[in-house]
Amino acid sequence: MSALLEVDSISVSFDGFRAINNLSFNIGEAELRAVIGPNGAGKTTFMDIVTGKTRPDAGDVKWGTPPKSLLKMNEAQIARAGIGRKFQRPTVFEDQTVADNLTMALKANRNPFAVLGWRPSVDSAGKVAELASEVGLAAQITRKAGELSHGQKQWLEIGMLLAQEPRLLLVDEPAAGMTLAEREQTTALLVRLAQTRAVVVVEHDMDFVRRLNCKVTVLHQGSVLAEGSLDHVTRNPDVIEVYLGR
Amino acid sequence: MTEKLTRQPFILRNPSILVVLAVLAVFTVAVTLLSQAYGNGTVPTSTVKVLGKTLCLALAAVAMDLVWGYLGILSLGQMAFFALGGYLIGQWLMYARTESIVAASLAGNPIPPTPAELQEGVANQIFGVVGSSDLPLVWAFAHSLPIQLLLVVAVPGLLALAFGWLAFRSRVNGVYLSILTQAMTLALALWLFQNDSGFRGNNGLSGLQNIPGLDAVDQATLSVWFLWASALALGLAYVLAAWLVSGKFGSVVRAIRDDETRVRFLGYPVEGFKLVVFTLAAMITAVAGALYYPQAGIINPAELMPIASIYLAVWVAIGGRGRLYGAIIGAALVSLLSSWFTGGRAPDINLPGYTVNWVDWWQVALGIGFVLVTLSAPKGIAGIVDHLGGIRPPRRATGEVPQPAQEAKA
Repeated sequence: MSALLEVDSISVSFDGFRAINNLSFNIGEAELRAVIGPNGAGKTTFMDIVTGKTRPDAGDVKWGTPPKSLLKMNEAQIARAGIGRKFQRPTVFEDQTVADNLTMALKANRNPFAVLGWRPSVDSAGKVAELASEVGLAAQITRKAGELSHGQKQWLEIGMLLAQEPRLLLVDEPAAGMTLAEREQTTALLVRLAQTRAVVVVEHDMDFVRRLNCKVTVLHQGSVLAEGSLDHVTRNPDVIEVYLGR
Repeated sequence: MTEKLTRQPFILRNPSILVVLAVLAVFTVAVTLLSQAYGNGTVPTSTVKVLGKTLCLALAAVAMDLVWGYLGILSLGQMAFFALGGYLIGQWLMYARTESIVAASLAGNPIPPTPAELQEGVANQIFGVVGSSDLPLVWAFAHSLPIQLLLVVAVPGLLALAFGWLAFRSRVNGVYLSILTQAMTLALALWLFQNDSGFRGNNGLSGLQNIPGLDAVDQATLSVWFLWASALALGLAYVLAAWLVSGKFGSVVRAIRDDETRVRFLGYPVEGFKLVVFTLAAMITAVAGALYYPQAGIINPAELMPIASIYLAVWVAIGGRGRLYGAIIGAALVSLLSSWFTGGRAPDINLPGYTVNWVDWWQVALGIGFVLVTLSAPKGIAGIVDHLGGIRPPRRATGEVPQPAQEAKA
């Protein structure tokens, strides 16, 4: 299986603190992967590097086939290349309607002049309506995003990610602040999405990871401590010592 | 249904445009019919000029609203573009008029003057005041109206493009960006103050109210013509700005204002959008300046001092930023009030022991007004208009058709 994303021995330090230390791992096409690890293990920094927010001091991140380095691209270029990111806190444009939020996220030419000439079509309107109902916001489509509840904002952001049609989805702690029912819905959605694209979930919550039923990468002090099924890694003595045993 | 809605003309989907255009048309016709040149003369020519200049300031305010109210960049250097537009049109006005005067004075000579002699005469006339008789390089195209008109939009446009590219690329934001814009206009002003800048130092350019080739037309008529031109420019720019901020482009621009990092992760080149809006606004502001200074008659580097741009920001804040008509209301109201209070015509208030002289106290009143508006009506006058009209602020489509697709608009 060829790798979609190849993280090749990256390191990054902040003021002498090594957040990521010689980290390497691969994500395949259409793979669901959970990344776990204690606080400060480098989970969010890893996402920042992949999405272009942070530049590593050493190493390379390669994307797609033929492999292209992501390090020379800025955030917007990386997003256009097909990497979508879901933030921990829902970040939607509160001043604009659900439909406007989704329309903005729809996959289309992002050049300013192309956007200026963009006209809604039956097709685009249909897609927006479809996405809205997929994330359960069909009735809220003309409401401003700021009027939605916390959970609905999470869903709107997921809808916006889907609209981007990414090939790799990075999801930061999706279960945070969700009710049990919402968690189940989210799990089902992530599993379904991973059938057609790669999904990387960064998560604290072990129960949630267990439900995802996928390959798990354990990070510790900026590098991979163990990798495999959840049962496999939870039996690993190193993992037990640094993470689970506490 | 969806199809019908998406194909509806843009103006019909934004009724405020029709209201603004109608008010502008009624105003222009009314002033024309009351003017000395075309009407019964109720409105003196000097007032026509004040009103024409006010329209130009409103035009600059619309551009400021694009940059500040929609894009979220508090530019404190907008009036640099305004003054540049004035200087660039002023070059032609001054050159062409001086040329005709010099040609007339040399016409009596037995040998007709050569072009070189003519140019030397013009240079002497214009630059004698700063002790120079050479025509600076920046006046190379001053003889040509089409080229100077092109430069009116090109030079401020390129300046905005270069400045914006440097600033936005380094991700300078917020108050730091405001300080940079202020530094830009201050640097430009200080440069223009120098006698060897090629723009006559602190004398500036004068006599701009005399339009070359139109000597036979009196000021009363010219003032009405400029009023028409200013109204037309304001109307066109308003439609352009409204079109720009509606639809997906406007959506992205407002999103950049609210959370530019998130917009980057959606894949939009944020810097590109900022450059487009900033440059376009600079060009609109320059056109406003090019229409303003022939009505004012004189321009000097003091016009580029940061205080002028700060006033512009105050007008937009009082009028209501993020509302294009708010910018017009704010600029027109405050600048007209300002010229009334500082014109010495406002009656003094006699308090026991102290007389409030408005020429001195107007600035204080404006400052207090600004603070009050900011505190009690953060959306400005436009917010009050919206409230009275029952419009809920930024929510645009208020369910005329309860169908999901209706929101997807141009």
